[in-house]
Amino acid sequence: MLRGLLRLTWIEIKVFMREPLGAIGSIVMPVLLYVLFARLGRALSPQGRFTASSFFHVNVPVIVAILIAINTVLSLIAIISIYREGGILKRLRATPLRPWTILTAHVLVKLLLTAITLALMLLAGRRYFAAGLHPPVISFSIALIITTWSILSIGFLIASVVPTARFAQPVGAVVLYPMFVLSGLFIPREVLPPWLSHLPLSYAVSLLEGIWTGDPWSAHVGDVVALVIVFAVCTALSAKLFRWE
Amino acid sequence: MKTPRPVIQVSGCRKTYKSTVAVDDVSFEVFDGEIFGLIGPNGAGKTTTMECVQGLRTPDRGNISVLGLDPFRDVYALQDRIGAQLQQAQLQKRIKVWEAMHLWAALYRRKASDGDRLLEQLGLADKRGAWFMTLSGGQKQRLFIALALINDPEVVFLDELTTGLDPQARRTIWELVRDIRHRGKTVFLTTHLMEEAERLCDRVAIIDQGRIIDMDTPEGLVRRHCPERSVVLKTDDDHAGERFRGVPGVTSVAATNGRLTIHGAGEDLVMEVIRCLSEERIRVTDFRTVLPTLEDVFLRLTGHSIRD
Ligand SMILES: Nc1ncnc2c1ncn2[C@@H]1O[C@H](COP(=O)(O)OP(=O)(O)OP(=O)(O)O)[C@@H](O)[C@H]1O
Ligand SMILES: [Mg+2]
Repeated sequence: MLRGLLRLTWIEIKVFMREPLGAIGSIVMPVLLYVLFARLGRALSPQGRFTASSFFHVNVPVIVAILIAINTVLSLIAIISIYREGGILKRLRATPLRPWTILTAHVLVKLLLTAITLALMLLAGRRYFAAGLHPPVISFSIALIITTWSILSIGFLIASVVPTARFAQPVGAVVLYPMFVLSGLFIPREVLPPWLSHLPLSYAVSLLEGIWTGDPWSAHVGDVVALVIVFAVCTALSAKLFRWE
Repeated sequence: MKTPRPVIQVSGCRKTYKSTVAVDDVSFEVFDGEIFGLIGPNGAGKTTTMECVQGLRTPDRGNISVLGLDPFRDVYALQDRIGAQLQQAQLQKRIKVWEAMHLWAALYRRKASDGDRLLEQLGLADKRGAWFMTLSGGQKQRLFIALALINDPEVVFLDELTTGLDPQARRTIWELVRDIRHRGKTVFLTTHLMEEAERLCDRVAIIDQGRIIDMDTPEGLVRRHCPERSVVLKTDDDHAGERFRGVPGVTSVAATNGRLTIHGAGEDLVMEVIRCLSEERIRVTDFRTVLPTLEDVFLRLTGHSIRD
């Protein structure tokens, strides 16, 4: 079945790239957004790179990374529900393909796009990093992939239960964006009620932020475990609830 | 002839959607190497029945076995050995025709058929590089048939196979289906075109409102349910009408616009009329037989036309 998975993944990449705005929307836009944020940050702290707004140094990459992840998940939700509504899922199911192969192919496509976006973002943003700050690019990428994987499973759960394509994306946005706002990036965690720090995105932010600023992985085992649990729970639920048509 | 082996066995199958009973107590068998057709009007339960057999839907009750497999438990093993064209399906909008064939070929463990040859046979060779969304309805249909044949399946399921095709393409597809049968495969199809069923199927089951009403060869159904037939002829002989009344099997004779319509029943009616024509030396300028069709059988069995 590996052959089927690889070929399906490759075709899904090609199909996605042929979409108008496919590549631009998912790769170019986030990178531009990042550059814009970074410039803004520098303008706000004219005398140096480190001082006035550490917000922009520390948080911009994290914010953009999470935005990429959310963007990815929303487009996954959209694709699954469009495929379901259009009868594409049904046609694929009338073959020996396993359901998980189909879903894995989509996850692989999305992770690949995330990785490319991230790489471009880091390249484009290198000159905005503060001098002396050496972001752990590889660790950060791994952290982002874990995060994306985990949030993708939330997306699957949403795609499993929301009946129509028209609703799927708004529902996804309504679930994900508030979580993003409350994740501790914009409002300090101390001000928020403690249960909010158990939102899946809060763990994601804590992990990404920590890794970006140079924490060792051992300081974030809890975050990773929480993200894995989110993944396991959402995957199990969507396996139960998934509808092909 | 050896006794045919059933490849599909369905017994007591029932499927409901909330309060709608889509299929109720349906039982039938499809034998190795035959073309079996399920015919019935819209909403009769054809697609539901077929998709239960393919393992795409789970019946509420009843037993189904296909190629000795349980379509529910052994769905992947089964999918590997069958090919399907679904009534309502799409592909990715921007997938190219050859990419779809290439992908499908990779999904099966069986050795794939020659995809390019299939495209050629189905008249899609010049559309190899076209996006799915740019194909016409009939071309999409033909692509789906090609995909159904890519794994050289043992049983082929075709749900409304010629819907949306022009008469030319329809004939090509019929030829192709007969060809599949010649290669020893079994074909299970649905249609609401009586002509299609009559020309293509070895046996048909008539389904209406979720139940199978009768099942036989098309000729057998016509013979049993609509034995009556008529002869229409044109003659200048004013007294011809009376002479036919005495012919065995004739029930009535009607004259309209210089044409005589002789109604009767039984296989021998036509022969008896011809014998009468030659014995009585009646000169005819036109002669036509009107035989009942599956359409008439359907009307008789269900009390409504299939188009209603
Ligand atoms: N997914 C579904 N949900 C609810 N009802 C359904 C569903 N699929 C079919 N039905 C109902 O079941 C009945 C049988 O439908 P089915 O699609 O099997 O008919 P069909 O014989 O294939 O008709 P057609 O010739 O229009 O394709 C119909 O009354 C239909 O409304
Ligand atoms: Mg149907």
